[in-house]
Amino acid sequence: MIAANAIGFRHPGQPAWLFRDLGFRLQRGRTLALLGRNGRGKTTLLKCLAGLLTPVEGGVTRDGAVGYVPQAFASPFPYTVFEIVLMGRARHVGLFSTPTAEDRARARAAIAEIGLAEFAGRRIDTLSGGERQLALIARALAAQAEILLLDEPAAALDFRNQAKLLALLRTLSRERGLTILMTTHDPTHALEIADRAVLLHGDGRAEEGPVALMCAQDKLTALYGLEMRRLEFDAGGRKAAGILPLYGAGYPRL
Amino acid sequence: MTRQGAVFAGLAVLLFAAMTTALSVGRYAIAPGDVLTLASGWIGIGPGRAGVAEPVWRVVELVRLPRMLIGGFVGAGLALSGAVLQGVFRNPLVDPHVIGVSSGAAFGGALAILLGLGAAALWSMAFAFGLFAVALVIGLSRRAGQSSILMLVLSGVVVAALFAALVSLATYFADPNSTLPAIVFWLMGSFASATPERAWRMIPILAACAAPLLLMRFRINVLSLGDEEARGLGLRVERTRWLALACVTGITAASVANSGIVGWVGLVVPHFARALVGPDHRVLLPAAALLGASYMLFVDTLARSVIAAEIPLGVLTAIIGAPVFMLLLRRGHGEESWRA
Repeated sequence: MIAANAIGFRHPGQPAWLFRDLGFRLQRGRTLALLGRNGRGKTTLLKCLAGLLTPVEGGVTRDGAVGYVPQAFASPFPYTVFEIVLMGRARHVGLFSTPTAEDRARARAAIAEIGLAEFAGRRIDTLSGGERQLALIARALAAQAEILLLDEPAAALDFRNQAKLLALLRTLSRERGLTILMTTHDPTHALEIADRAVLLHGDGRAEEGPVALMCAQDKLTALYGLEMRRLEFDAGGRKAAGILPLYGAGYPRL
Repeated sequence: MTRQGAVFAGLAVLLFAAMTTALSVGRYAIAPGDVLTLASGWIGIGPGRAGVAEPVWRVVELVRLPRMLIGGFVGAGLALSGAVLQGVFRNPLVDPHVIGVSSGAAFGGALAILLGLGAAALWSMAFAFGLFAVALVIGLSRRAGQSSILMLVLSGVVVAALFAALVSLATYFADPNSTLPAIVFWLMGSFASATPERAWRMIPILAACAAPLLLMRFRINVLSLGDEEARGLGLRVERTRWLALACVTGITAASVANSGIVGWVGLVVPHFARALVGPDHRVLLPAAALLGASYMLFVDTLARSVIAAEIPLGVLTAIIGAPVFMLLLRRGHGEESWRA
């Protein structure tokens, strides 16, 4: 469970709030998507929820360990996937100790669970963006995180890898009971796996609600300042939904 | 045996060879066999002093052994400090000089010599000014609220430059017939002043500062991912970083106080060690310490045996260090072990 209690954030010395008076409660095993235009505070909100930033107003309560998966990962050292995942155990390793056999076993198990076993000994900088993203999720699992916060996890992935990532996140929330929060630029991803969504409108306005309600056509059109259409259709017996921006229908005035 | 095991076995053999060489080579040549006979007595498995001529054990135990111990510990400490700082600052060009401690200690020592104070005062003033310089760096970098790595490095550069200027000022005012050469030669670095008493004073300080660094080697890994990542993994970043910096300060100030500024060890040795065992600080830190000790012993042996007079240590470490570093970079190990 993670709950935001009327949180607000603005950068020091700036009058404008990124978001304000935002409250929600996300139960265990549920998924929340954070949507909004560039620079409207998605990453900032995610970091506040992860505890990496302190909100200017309000507070965040969490009942489990947090795993934060950044959007871009760049290490100056070419660590292997195993070494990176093992660092997820930092919280469980004392200041003056090194990982035990149990820590190593948990790291190995996390790597296997994500399906990266064959990459364990590879240097992380030789991996593709998708594999790297998976390695970072494995690191959060090794940390025994119960709340997973991901910053645009699908941003650098092709469609097939997006599908794999979404399937993985769904499994982690439905079967492992992880609470998942992710920022995304693709409302279709929100519809696909999220239960609830937060819309960050800028000017401090933020709203939270069930994903179906938040991803309604008019809401998204207002959010992005661009005509958005919601399409529902039958894909071989399965009801599918997608959000389509009408790029050509009226370019926004710059 | 794993590759890693083989590397460590090789480093241990290298250190053993360096120690034996350091004890046997010199103006009074001693056969390595005699050194080993004597050493067997120290660990209680051989005849020791009884097995060698008196001048041999006197030279070894009173002159070369303290010098070897101090040299080895200083080399290990500087290499370890360099490896830790490069990890903590995520920057391949950082070594113990960057955080200002060497320059501060150099000024303290130079001032003590200028004022005609004794060895004990030189030692304590070098140590005190080394710590003061770091405190200054920390204070400057924290002015802007949270301390960032960039601010820390920039403050380090500023403070180092300030103290370098003060050292110049001290040498300018020094008496060209007495204190000036004393300051200059002290700054160039040497282990020639080693005595058993000094060894007993130095080694506990160096060991006490190096032990926490070696123990927290996994934390250094996590710190090397950057502040936010480390915080996200549950680390108290600032606290851990200051602890590491405090230990590095202790090591560097102690070694400058004892033997002047010995550059390049903290820069080159960690790169070499990284090329051998990879970037994981859990193995990198012990490897760098072992390699640093061997390197320093070989260089010091060279410094006191190549020509009749002693070559200043800092000069030799730079003359050897610079081309070795260049070679490492050209062979691609620099790029291999560092990705920006």
